[in-house]
Amino acid sequence: MAYEGVPGLVERKEAFDEITLVVDPARIVEACTYLRDEEGFNCLVDIAAADYLGWGEPGVAGYLGTAEGRDLNRPGSQGHARVPDPKPKRFSVSYHLLRISKDPARVRVQVWLDDGEEVDSVIRVWPSADWFEREAWDMMGIPFRGHPNLVRLLMPEDWEGHPLRKDYPLGGEPVRFSEEEA
Amino acid sequence: MTSVLPTTSVYEGSRIPERVPTILDVDPTKHDPEDILTVNFGPNHPSTHGVLRLVVDLDGEQVAGIRAVIGYLHTGFEKTMESKSWWKSITYPARIDYLSFQSMELEYVLAIEKLLGLEVPRRATWARMALAELNRIHSHLVWLGTSALEIGAISLFWYAFDDRDAILDLFELAGGTRFHTRYVQVGGLAEDLPPGFTEEARRFCEQMPRSVDECEALLDRQVIWLERTKGIGLLSAEDAIALGQSGPMLRASGVDWDLRKRMPYLFYDAVEFDVPVYPEGDVYARYKVHMDEMRESVRIIRQCLDRLDETEGEPWIADDRKVVLPPRHELHTSMESLIHHFKIVTEGYTVPEGEVYVAIESPRGEAGCYLVSNGGPRPWRVKFRPPSLAALQATATVVQGCLVADLVAVAASLDPVMGDVDR
Repeated sequence: MAYEGVPGLVERKEAFDEITLVVDPARIVEACTYLRDEEGFNCLVDIAAADYLGWGEPGVAGYLGTAEGRDLNRPGSQGHARVPDPKPKRFSVSYHLLRISKDPARVRVQVWLDDGEEVDSVIRVWPSADWFEREAWDMMGIPFRGHPNLVRLLMPEDWEGHPLRKDYPLGGEPVRFSEEEA
Repeated sequence: MTSVLPTTSVYEGSRIPERVPTILDVDPTKHDPEDILTVNFGPNHPSTHGVLRLVVDLDGEQVAGIRAVIGYLHTGFEKTMESKSWWKSITYPARIDYLSFQSMELEYVLAIEKLLGLEVPRRATWARMALAELNRIHSHLVWLGTSALEIGAISLFWYAFDDRDAILDLFELAGGTRFHTRYVQVGGLAEDLPPGFTEEARRFCEQMPRSVDECEALLDRQVIWLERTKGIGLLSAEDAIALGQSGPMLRASGVDWDLRKRMPYLFYDAVEFDVPVYPEGDVYARYKVHMDEMRESVRIIRQCLDRLDETEGEPWIADDRKVVLPPRHELHTSMESLIHHFKIVTEGYTVPEGEVYVAIESPRGEAGCYLVSNGGPRPWRVKFRPPSLAALQATATVVQGCLVADLVAVAASLDPVMGDVDR
């Protein structure tokens, strides 16, 4: 099995022809250094954070089936066909790695975090992590320990909240002057 | 494992700033802090390709420090897409990188198709390739015209935009609109290519290489252009990879890397084309890569057009009624079609649970899309990997030793589209 020597490897998943290595967040720098030096993944192409708050819970107007699947004969049966598999924690951070060589390959390294749980910055492994980690902090509120300049990237510096979180409302920006007139 | 890296390096060691990779701090041993003048270059400046703000520390004419500030065009596309059905959200990616709209649509649709496991008819794939390559020429022409304009070559702007117009005419012919066509659909295309498209496109392919030669002749024999681009904005291959560069940035630093060749998608392994690589790592090399890529794109388009003629009359969209809208005429006669149409338009189709990352070679480099689905009718999470953001991360590395006038040329050579950077 490939990649079994990755330090802190928790789980190795393969789906849609893509390999995902779930790694212990405490050993992310070790794992990334190993992948860069031993497996030749010289390029970090992206860091994608995702919020799984409310994952698998019924929506306001929707219907969610059972884990086995939904009963198509039940009146009003619509929406999700089955309850999606539970996730270990609220946030995932996916590091998409690319091997730029004659033998190209991609791998996704993933860590799972609770709200406010810190993960070590990989900026010393790949300098390209700089803005990607700042964006994950800005949009999702993932704190990266050891990042030398962890400030907001896209939102203004004094912005409150992290807009891409699931509990951040869509269009939730207060309208100026509305209170003053009331 | 043999290397795709060049044999010689542009400079010794690494130039990526030590403390923060994207901030160039003023070195007090080289510059007297008393002499430093801090200037805001943008966000509103005619030559920053949109709303890019560069905070520059100047020692006389010399750039001593730099910090790029972005986010002025942040519109929250990714958040908005989470609230739209899969079907409706296809309109958004094209507005992110607004110069390579076909590529962005294609990348997002490919990601959905990967989750669905949908087979796309070959005619649709050939058409997608032809449009993606036309889009590459379009994007490169805009880059060429505006970049040259910023360094003072005004007339080139009109030459470039003349050819760009011919491409937009082709898009209009195919999809009905010139920009943001939303022509690429999950399963194939919105409509078949109209009669006469391949003839028009062939006419364009006849004229385009001549236009590239013309533009190149205008610039390559101009002393000002050469002096302002050669040896400016250096980036070595190792630094480029470490900073996550892709596309023309990598190839201009001597890295023989193109996703179309190395990790082929669509039918790129079935067409003949070369990947231009220049090892100099300066602004001039980036310009040459762009010019050669336009010629190669024409070569690819020609091969696609031949295949499009061969597949004339074949289906252009997959026959999967759970995902693809039924043909319009069936709605009047078939109850099933009417139900499918109603379900897709109101509720939207569902996409199997899972996560995928799909990357394609957009005009600016690796454009990736990370998609998470919970099995419902809307995406749970959409995250785009912006090649422009990666390119801008290199600003602090490439401007070292530059004069303030070079900043314009160097920033332009990174080819950032601010919509793509800020999303």
